[in-house]
Amino acid sequence: MSEQTRSAAAELPRSAVAVPERTDENGLPRPNFLRDGGGTLWSWLTTLDHKRIGILYMIMVMLFFFVGGLFALLVRLELFAPGEQFFGPDTYNRLFTLHGAVMIFLFIIPSIPAILGNFVLPLQIGAKDVAFPRLNLASWYIYMIGAIFALYSLVTNAADTGWTFYTPYSSSGSDTAVISITLGAFILGFSSIFTGLNFIVTVHKMRAPGMTWFKLPLMVWALYATAIIQVLATPVLGITLLLLVLERAFGVGIFDPAMGGDPVLFQHFFWFYSHPAVYIMILPGMGIISELITTFSHRNIFGYKFIAFSSLAIALVSFLVWGHHMFTSGQSEFAVMLFSFLTFMVAIPSAIKVFNWTTTLYKGSISFSVPMLYALSFLFMFTIGGLTGLFLGALSVDVHVHDTYFVVAHFHYVMVGGTVMAFIGGLHYWWPKMFGRMYNRTSAVAAWALVFVGFNMTFFAQFILGTQGMPRRYWTYPEQFQSLHGFSSSGSLVMGLGFLIMGVTLLAGALRGRVVGSNPWGSLTLEWTHATSPPEPHNYPNTPVVENGPYDFDKLVPRVDAPGEPGPEPEPAPAK
Amino acid sequence: MDTTATFWMPPSASTTAGDVDSLFYFLLWVSVFFFALIVGLSILFITKWRRRKGDTGRLDTGPTKNTLLEVAWIVIPTIIVVIIFVWGFRGYMNLSVIPANAMEVKVTGQQWFWSFQYPEGASTVNELVVPVDTPVKLTLSSQDVIHAFYVPSFRIKRDVLPNRYQFAWFEATHTGEYDLFCAEYCGSKHSQMTGTVRVLSGADYKAWLEGAALAGEGMAPAEYGGRLYESKACVTCHSLDGTPGNGPSFLGVFGHEVTLEDGSTVIADENYIRESILNPKAKLVAGYQAVMPTYQGLLSDGEIDALVAFIKSVGGEGE
Ligand code: HEC
Ligand code: HEM
Ligand SMILES: [Cu+2]
Ligand SMILES: [Cu+2]
Repeated sequence: MSEQTRSAAAELPRSAVAVPERTDENGLPRPNFLRDGGGTLWSWLTTLDHKRIGILYMIMVMLFFFVGGLFALLVRLELFAPGEQFFGPDTYNRLFTLHGAVMIFLFIIPSIPAILGNFVLPLQIGAKDVAFPRLNLASWYIYMIGAIFALYSLVTNAADTGWTFYTPYSSSGSDTAVISITLGAFILGFSSIFTGLNFIVTVHKMRAPGMTWFKLPLMVWALYATAIIQVLATPVLGITLLLLVLERAFGVGIFDPAMGGDPVLFQHFFWFYSHPAVYIMILPGMGIISELITTFSHRNIFGYKFIAFSSLAIALVSFLVWGHHMFTSGQSEFAVMLFSFLTFMVAIPSAIKVFNWTTTLYKGSISFSVPMLYALSFLFMFTIGGLTGLFLGALSVDVHVHDTYFVVAHFHYVMVGGTVMAFIGGLHYWWPKMFGRMYNRTSAVAAWALVFVGFNMTFFAQFILGTQGMPRRYWTYPEQFQSLHGFSSSGSLVMGLGFLIMGVTLLAGALRGRVVGSNPWGSLTLEWTHATSPPEPHNYPNTPVVENGPYDFDKLVPRVDAPGEPGPEPEPAPAK
Repeated sequence: MDTTATFWMPPSASTTAGDVDSLFYFLLWVSVFFFALIVGLSILFITKWRRRKGDTGRLDTGPTKNTLLEVAWIVIPTIIVVIIFVWGFRGYMNLSVIPANAMEVKVTGQQWFWSFQYPEGASTVNELVVPVDTPVKLTLSSQDVIHAFYVPSFRIKRDVLPNRYQFAWFEATHTGEYDLFCAEYCGSKHSQMTGTVRVLSGADYKAWLEGAALAGEGMAPAEYGGRLYESKACVTCHSLDGTPGNGPSFLGVFGHEVTLEDGSTVIADENYIRESILNPKAKLVAGYQAVMPTYQGLLSDGEIDALVAFIKSVGGEGE
């Protein structure tokens, strides 16, 4: 490659932030972690480089996203019309269980922290790696073992309990391979705990000189808050699942009333983890959105401290609202009241973050690069997801819509419309940093448009289904729901096509895309201003010294190095 | 009150449904307002300040702080959610506090059907019959796993637990038939664990009760058995014309040889039929799954006799 770095520095305003050259003082290309960390498969499987571990995670997690997506499409195809379309009820029940379990435990929980977090967190704080590189690699292997357990049940006798494993159906009602899938989730928990632990220590101990807490990019704050939940909540899930296995395998009566247990106790334990887990899913996505909106508005974030602290506040209060999943289960009225109230209180900081992002667009300099398109669709869909959460927190309305398609629509708006949009936006954003190459813009935009349209078709219809009374986890349904179900299923095909094109576009971009420079978007965080693309094996030859905030676009003009997209033009105008 | 379904909601047919719907529409308009605000402003900002050629170096970007604005967008949403919270909680209490004069129906959920016992001694399966304008208290319990009793048109839902009683109540405001669903996943036929709530006028309800109390009296046992065959939901799994369903058809069963799962055979006599009804797992018919629920406790001796007589009459010895 005769890729010459543009020597446009002279024309740039004085405040422009330089970009590392791709060649060293002898004119030789700088090492990069993809090529120079060892080229064998073995070197990848034994790597301690956080960037390579991030990519190992990416390969597996994206594979499971694909698998979970296939299950989702099969579920939607079956629901196209009432009665048997392709499978009977037993197959259907296994499919939706596998879809939910794969998407939650194998895809969405590790997605942002383990892939993008692993890749960018050390880079963003100016560190050479995470605090415990071996633990980091171990977490990937544990993830693989957990995945094998979880999927073992697929080839033998797939579980049909739903990803929530409610007792006593899971402990004595179902005759499927519940034990292997629960053990899988139990093991996966450790991988999540290891990642969280690593991030907490890394953020405390490994920040570059000058990188004070309030100079941290908001992505780091979000990952830090997430890590706290991962470390504190996941053990509860582990213990709960272990108790379930004890009961099922050895007849120790804990949850099954036939053995003197209490089935609702399981729900308390389960949601004590799984509600905070909802924030394990969404907080990192919020972190990405803060990065994307500032970069592509070229503007400092509105309300930095609020966004940073609200992540922590959400993390803590999220431990106190688990009962909102159980408003119809016969808790005392007092408990119900408290949980409803706290649920509304935890909604406020999320709402304010949305206001902050919207205001950040005001008087920005907005470019419609692909990551920004995903960030804007996050704003659109997460707002719908959040507002419909108010319906579920409102007690009397929740009694009507609980366990209906309204809930299915709500959590998909939050998880897919929120987290997945942020995740995919983040992939498109850091892709040129990871591979030093840019994907094709036209097909990336086409994929985005298909996903956006398909997603809203699929899931908006489900809000109406839910308020009309259509219960969830139904293999068949009364005639009156057919038109909405048909519409929803059609949308899912559009969305599926979109995701497929997206995957192919990214892959082609990584392998054959146009080579880009170190800072194609004109960002101000360290991974763009101080590291090459792809970064060197140890990130920074000299530890960077941090002087400015991560979004000081009002003080500095970043140098745009080989722009990848119609964003900032190569010939920048001087500051006014 | 309007009983027709709207775009969002199914028919509203209980005294508590109106308040739930009002809160729902309030939430809907609050949501529409905030959604329009956020999306509207975003669209405005991104069009007005979209990046133009040569814009890269602009340093005069918008503010990063504005105390008044920030206080406003903390305080206003807080006030709104407190209103929603109080309203929702009051509605919930309406659903929880059961009127003292309510008539009581015992509801049992089991894989995968509902049965109802009325104070007068009648019982039904998958069909709850109630008088209009009368508060009805439901005492719910499950024979196996967790189910949930859900009637969308009444806006009520309650989990049905195996280890304790749960309660719900409603007062129907309009006669008619309404869907009843199981809303908590309970295994294979969860989506078929459905039924109807039939709301009758006071007079019709009395007549129905009398009919139910007199059930079987002055009727030939086989005829009565035929009615039980339908009302106790045997019809959902057993046909009378020889086509196999979830279970074997009753046509020609009685007095003939039945091959069991383990390869042995039995003659289908009265005791075999009785055992099949009360303890269906004891002798499984070859080629079928053990999905038949036990009717232990759901059928009186007289009813079992009638069913046996009915099955006899469908084919077998007496032809
Ligand atoms: C959920 C479906 C279902 C329902 C409801 C049901 N059954 Fe069954 N029944 C079965 C199945 C399946 C079998 C065969 C397997 C077995 O022997 O348990 C069966 C077997 C039988 C047999 C033995 C038939 C033979 O060919 O040997 C009798 C008698 C019977 N049922 C009576 C009844 C009666 C009476 C009712 C209603 C009070 C009823 N069943 C309700 C599913 C059902
Ligand atoms: C991409 C991330 C996604 C995640 C994290 C996700 C997660 C989930 C979860 C947790 C459930 C609940 C499963 C259960 O009740 O046990 C679920 C159900 C469902 N999902 Fe997804 N999903 C995703 C994508 C999709 C897509 C793309 C579709 C449609 C094509 C889809 C369609 C459905 C449907 C129809 C159900 C309801 C199944 C039922 O209750 O019977 N999901 N999903
Ligand atoms: Cu929750
Ligand atoms: Cu059910």
